Amino acid sequence: MNMILSMIPTILMIVSPILITAIGGMICERSGVVNIALEGLMAIGACTAASCHYFLELAGWGQAGAWLSLLIGAIVATLFSTIHAVAAIDLKADQTISGTGLNLLSDGVTIFAAQILFRADRTKEFRVGMLSDRIGLYPTAYIALAVVLVAWYVLYKTPFGMHLRACGEHPAAADSVGINVRVIRYAGVLTSGFLAGLAGGCCVLTQTIQYTSNTINGRGFIALAAVAFGRWTPLGVTGAAFLFGAAQAMSVIATNFAFLKRLPSEIFNILPYAVTLIALIAFSGREFAPRSSGKPYDKGAS
Amino acid sequence: MKRNDLNRTSFIDWFLGNDGAISFAVVILGFIFGTIIVLLVGKNPINMYKSLLYSMIGRARSNGGWNFRYIGETLNYSIPFVLCGFAMAFAYRVGLFNVGGEGQYIMGMTAAQTVALLLPPFPGQWVVCLLAAIMAGAIWGGIVGLLKARFKVSEVVATIMLNYIALYLSRLICLQHPGATTYNTAALPATSKLAKFLIPSSNLNIGFFFMLAAVFIYWFVMEKTKAGFAFRATGYNQDAARCSGIPVVRSISVSMAVAGAFAGLAGALVLLGGAYPKGRIIVSMDNYGFNGMAVALVGNCRAIGTLLAGLLFGVMKQSQSLMQDMDIPKEITYIIQGLIVVFIALRAGLQLVREYRAKRIVASKVASV
Repeated sequence: MNMILSMIPTILMIVSPILITAIGGMICERSGVVNIALEGLMAIGACTAASCHYFLELAGWGQAGAWLSLLIGAIVATLFSTIHAVAAIDLKADQTISGTGLNLLSDGVTIFAAQILFRADRTKEFRVGMLSDRIGLYPTAYIALAVVLVAWYVLYKTPFGMHLRACGEHPAAADSVGINVRVIRYAGVLTSGFLAGLAGGCCVLTQTIQYTSNTINGRGFIALAAVAFGRWTPLGVTGAAFLFGAAQAMSVIATNFAFLKRLPSEIFNILPYAVTLIALIAFSGREFAPRSSGKPYDKGAS
Repeated sequence: MKRNDLNRTSFIDWFLGNDGAISFAVVILGFIFGTIIVLLVGKNPINMYKSLLYSMIGRARSNGGWNFRYIGETLNYSIPFVLCGFAMAFAYRVGLFNVGGEGQYIMGMTAAQTVALLLPPFPGQWVVCLLAAIMAGAIWGGIVGLLKARFKVSEVVATIMLNYIALYLSRLICLQHPGATTYNTAALPATSKLAKFLIPSSNLNIGFFFMLAAVFIYWFVMEKTKAGFAFRATGYNQDAARCSGIPVVRSISVSMAVAGAFAGLAGALVLLGGAYPKGRIIVSMDNYGFNGMAVALVGNCRAIGTLLAGLLFGVMKQSQSLMQDMDIPKEITYIIQGLIVVFIALRAGLQLVREYRAKRIVASKVASV
């Protein structure tokens, strides 16, 4: 029992960034835009946060610098996500193509920036990332909790949340009652950019000491799967993120158990993806996705 | 004056109606933005273009002489780009978005390596390796097609999941190969390697002809056969295709399998034709599959277009090492590639321009009556 308790901080550390990103992705899809650029946006946020934190640490900012870095990373990722917003909402582009473009672009931009700033294909190591509290939890766990609660409250308890969900289900109906679909969808995409960037920062400041091209390593895609697996609701997405995060944490945790240790770590790496795939098949046939997600809204068309 | 006006209008109309011209413009735009970025960070963009040019024409950097190895490497790099481009293109023409080229490529490479290392060497082994790779890629892609057709599982999410499953599955398998260490296995037998040709100093090998054959097969199947027509009809409008008696479910499954076969072949050609004397245990993705998506989109999913785009990407990949030597971070090529895909997405906006122009023409006609 004690052993299981002692694993909780590790699991939460790994789950938090995935959960934060997934909530952003969920909000984006509920507003009617699919964002497969989550992976790239996380990378942007992580690279920015790692670089900022390195310089702020040099300047003696300490933990305050880590928080500021998180914020800057999130803001830069938000700016980056406007590209997707313009393409998907204003130009009615294919959202998968524009998301793919952002993912490819972020691969280049992050390492290019590191080459310019640090003359290496990674950012320079910072000494101390975010510190855990008395019970071993990182602040990122609390951030994730706050994000889930706020997202749930806004989506289901405020007029804005209802408008947002309406735009994802039936934008024409929303438009006819005076909701500005364009503004709502922009809000959805930019929120997902902000949260993905924040999550990228959370990831790099708790789990590692620098940004490399392997830092994000598919977490954004896991978050994307968590949105589908969690059936586009805050509670479901939280559950899915925990499942996937726990599966990822297993490779870390397995070293504590003799019988698990003998299994190759790749088995645990495969788990979250295999679970998602099986879940997608199991839930097939029933429609949980927002009905107009991924479809551009053309005001002129009937 | 009036005549001039007319000419300009017809040029815009020609441009808006010509996918090839738009792709060309998109690539140019990507390079313009890339140049601006290089300038902004205080580097000399001339060096970037020099690297690209030298990779294309095989000019040595140091002594002003020629180094044809560059051309060989450029062509060799373009092989997986073109094939992975077809992995994307084939599915795209059927209305599917195959993000899984990377996974199919990895499975092909793994299958080829398994055949090369586990069978005793025999002459012509490479043929069996290639066939195994094509099969493995086809199965990996076909799974997605089946899931999409039978269960309506989103092929985007399914292929992304299968990419990562392929990565770790490949590690699981390859770690069992003889002589496996952290990064590689025992040497690949000579009977499994592809013969070099034309430029012996480079890695250019007969895989290039398989790539050219793939270009022809893609063009022939897509444009000239009944099956190709069924594929394209499914892509244009699934319901209409179904109503005209086209087996949509089969089209979707088969197209994903064929798409996977192209990527699987790419994996084998990189392993057996490239610079790998030993078998590989990959720790991360090679990204040919992901870049293949960009290649196909730049090439408008046409045979020749994809070939040209693949060659361009090959040039960019080969120029990376030259760029590093000339103080240009090689990641600028990734940025340019990403920008190109973003601009391809943005070009959907041209449809709005087309509509606007059509409206204006109608309006002017009405006014003149």
